[in-house]
Amino acid sequence: MSETRVMGQPLTRLEGERKVTGRAPYAYEHPLTDPLYLHPVLSTVPRGRLTGVDASAAEALAGVRAVLTPYNAERLAGAGDGEFAVLQSEEVSFHGQFVAAVVADTPETAREAAALVRVEYARAPHDVVLTADHERLYRPVGEDDEGPASDTEEGEVEAALERAEVVVDQTYRTPTEHNNPMEPHTTVAVWEEEPGRLTLYDSTQGVHVVRASVAGVFGLDPERVRVVAPHVGGGFGSKGEAHAHDVLAAMAARVLPGRPVKFALTRQHMFSLVGYRTPTIQRVRLGADRRGRLDVVVHESVEQTSTVQEFTENSAMCSRWMYAAPHRRTRHRMAALDVPVNFWMRAPGEAPGMYALESAMDELAQACGVDPVELRVRNEPERDPQSGAPWSDRQLVRCLREGAERFGWYGRDPSPRARREGDWWVGTGVAAASYPHLYNPGSVAVVRYGGEGVYEVSIGAVDIGTGAWTALTQIAADALGVSVSRVRLRIGDTDLPSASVAGGSSGTSSWGTAIVAAARAFAAEHGGAPAPGAVARASAGEDTVDEGYAVYSFGAHFAEVAVHADTGEVRVPRMYGLFSVGRVVNPRMVRSQFLGGMVMGLSMALHEQSFRDPRYGHVANGDFAEYHVATNADVRDLRAEWLEGEDPRATPMGSRGVGEIGVVGTAAAVANAVYHATGVRVRDLPITLDTLVR
Amino acid sequence: MRPFDYVRPAEASSAVATVAGDPGAAYIGGGTNLVDHMKLGIAAPTSLVDVRGLLSDRVEETPEGVLRVGAAVPNSDLAAHPEVRRRFPVLSQALLSGASGQLRNVATTGGNLLQRTRCVYFQNRAMPCNKREPGTGCAAVEGYGRYNAVLGTSEHCVATHPSDMAVALTALGARVRVLGPEGERTVDLPGLHRLPGDRPERDTVLEHGELITAVELPRLPLARRSAYRKVRDRASYAFALVSVAAALEVVEGTVTDVRVAFGGLAHAPWRALRAEEVLRGRAATEESFREAAEAELAGARTGPDNAFKVPLAVNTLAATLRGLTAEEARR
Repeated sequence: MSETRVMGQPLTRLEGERKVTGRAPYAYEHPLTDPLYLHPVLSTVPRGRLTGVDASAAEALAGVRAVLTPYNAERLAGAGDGEFAVLQSEEVSFHGQFVAAVVADTPETAREAAALVRVEYARAPHDVVLTADHERLYRPVGEDDEGPASDTEEGEVEAALERAEVVVDQTYRTPTEHNNPMEPHTTVAVWEEEPGRLTLYDSTQGVHVVRASVAGVFGLDPERVRVVAPHVGGGFGSKGEAHAHDVLAAMAARVLPGRPVKFALTRQHMFSLVGYRTPTIQRVRLGADRRGRLDVVVHESVEQTSTVQEFTENSAMCSRWMYAAPHRRTRHRMAALDVPVNFWMRAPGEAPGMYALESAMDELAQACGVDPVELRVRNEPERDPQSGAPWSDRQLVRCLREGAERFGWYGRDPSPRARREGDWWVGTGVAAASYPHLYNPGSVAVVRYGGEGVYEVSIGAVDIGTGAWTALTQIAADALGVSVSRVRLRIGDTDLPSASVAGGSSGTSSWGTAIVAAARAFAAEHGGAPAPGAVARASAGEDTVDEGYAVYSFGAHFAEVAVHADTGEVRVPRMYGLFSVGRVVNPRMVRSQFLGGMVMGLSMALHEQSFRDPRYGHVANGDFAEYHVATNADVRDLRAEWLEGEDPRATPMGSRGVGEIGVVGTAAAVANAVYHATGVRVRDLPITLDTLVR
Repeated sequence: MRPFDYVRPAEASSAVATVAGDPGAAYIGGGTNLVDHMKLGIAAPTSLVDVRGLLSDRVEETPEGVLRVGAAVPNSDLAAHPEVRRRFPVLSQALLSGASGQLRNVATTGGNLLQRTRCVYFQNRAMPCNKREPGTGCAAVEGYGRYNAVLGTSEHCVATHPSDMAVALTALGARVRVLGPEGERTVDLPGLHRLPGDRPERDTVLEHGELITAVELPRLPLARRSAYRKVRDRASYAFALVSVAAALEVVEGTVTDVRVAFGGLAHAPWRALRAEEVLRGRAATEESFREAAEAELAGARTGPDNAFKVPLAVNTLAATLRGLTAEEARR
């Protein structure tokens, strides 16, 4: 791109006024005529078979329009045997699975009727507890399978550990964590029998993704499925694919043609139906010389998945590129348990993985008596250890050193339990952050000249609260060489050209690349004085990333932590993050992404934990009163900054993704600060006062 | 939610007559607890009798110096009341540490006292629970135990009472005015809330139909030096793991009078009479504070998830009394 006049400007959200005045419709709120309401019945056993469903009391309730059960539900053409196989058999594979659903005239009636559905089960033995030596552990991806290799090995790992002057060998655990976007997952489905068309108003990170999945499940031509999502209240990965509720809402709509069926999950439903982060048990072994130079890195992660559908978290992958070491092993093992389907949660893999690696690095710094910032600098790899490729723009050392200056890191007494302020022990901690530059090829954008200097830019992307409405408008404005006021962006609808998911921090990169390509095509086809109605269409190429370079974002987190001497309460008075993400398209939105990620990292460090009851298989603390996320009062002095830069090897905008890096490494910075404050090394998240009270 | 009738009687006596005569009826004040329970399907009243408009929402002082708090006074108003802040800071602090600003604006004094005990298994209809369905068993004893009670538990129930306000009122020896079909009576705190025993379905001693009309705070000069300390997992909007309401009088280094109640430890706000007894007449030292706390906690029964509550309660009481002693010394 030649000129960047609008990119880099801190524009406020273009849809902000509509949002704060309640005029931006979310999935549940689209004005539709005569809607019906769905409430599901969930299994209350973790494994077994239905032996009967008695819906007579529910059906007798005034206002009930339909009760769907496995005994009357339509057979789905392409549901497979994964999470989309809703009401397709009597099989119960986890606690909280759909076993029936009621559709009624009001949400209250639907809910009450659902409670009246009697479900009988023949229970089967179950196992929902992940252990490091679980008998069902397996290697998730073989060498010939798609996806990243589950295992890597370089050099002589065991020999290197044997001869290392300093060895850190520790196991770190992260719990099951659940995404809790503000807007619960919602699908409103409308089925028109003639001509056979399904419309979904969905809370999703990818309208085209949901269309492809749902069309496949019902055996429909994708052209007969429309998915609409102009505004979405957060997703964090959990809305990155269709889930069972999309299928259930559509099934109900097909039973009641012409009537919109609204299905908004309750907060409690979200603890079994829309994915979660697997618990992890991660053993990290680091071997180094006395000065902290790594010779060997071993990162082995044990994770779980469901029997219904496999999902791999890949927590050890970060150890493949973070630090230089001639000897290296990474390994993933999984057990398929009788639990709900796990899925993306902000920085899947990197978030738990970097907690473990960056905690171990802190332990190594302590063992070697080297400053934790300096220790990381000493292990900076010249090239990507994984591929041997040069880095496109690795700025970790600058993030660490400049971040340390700006945070006020230097001059600290490195000994733990050395600083007391009133009733509080105070400490500081650092951790590195990193996230790969991901890019989804194939997004398509259309530019149409509307006359009077105004361009309409259409792409089936989704703004999940990140600011895509605004950022994509800025990208389009620069690509077309016009001001923001001359761009009419259209997103959030499968009637618009195909676009990839808002996930993997790839949205702006992937969609922006398509918009830039379409603008270039428009200029090539129509020149500088286009006629009204002139149109150009372009698709983002297979791989815009400059081949031969390793493209990653980096950052450094610094945390100050206070631990109450009497109660062990942990508070975080100060957090600071310095990041390198290439060009920043909109500083206001990007800062929000970083801050949000850091808050989520703080929340992961201190609060978030889904307690799965081994007896019943459900999440016992599955609501907002008991599943804690950080509140305003937990977040104090929080700052995020970034290094100015651009990375044209990543995207034509010079930008890389920003959505996830804020949550990567944050928990380790907090845990390392807790150690510095108290001398207690907590290796199980979350860090709660019971482990610190004495 | 099941369909229900909703009535707003003009007078308290007719409200009492209505509820007393209908086993399916329930009072509703702010509704911040009951409505949640109705949505969860663990409360299903056939009739709601709204008492918000017919109970006093004012705090008044009687000629005897008793502060009389109408049952409809919102938690926010009570916390902000100048006389409460001056004479009973522990109560104001307790109120402000509870729930959120929005909930405190709606929640009433009477309703706060009558919150059900909390337990994740009680709230989940798919789980056995002796409180919700007597005789089905207690899933919490060997389940998610972080919030479980450690004092006064029974094999039938280990739920804890969630109110912060009630802990302060218990330390202060507040009196609860109750109107029933047979007339008025007074229930002194502690004494309103029950321990579970073999009837965990009953949280309080009130009979069906009895209505709290007011809470009276007798004069207690000691309470001018009082404090509420709530220990919780996050900085706001979380239930107490342990809380302490304490008032302390120290004369020349000796404890002359003291009031202590714990929250988060039991099925009811826990007045720490044993700790108070240990403290009276003793030197106001860390050693005494800890000894008193340990005496109170001696009977604690814990599991792996809530064993931390014992040292936490001891430390928190000691720290609270230490703080009050320092405050005294500064005067």
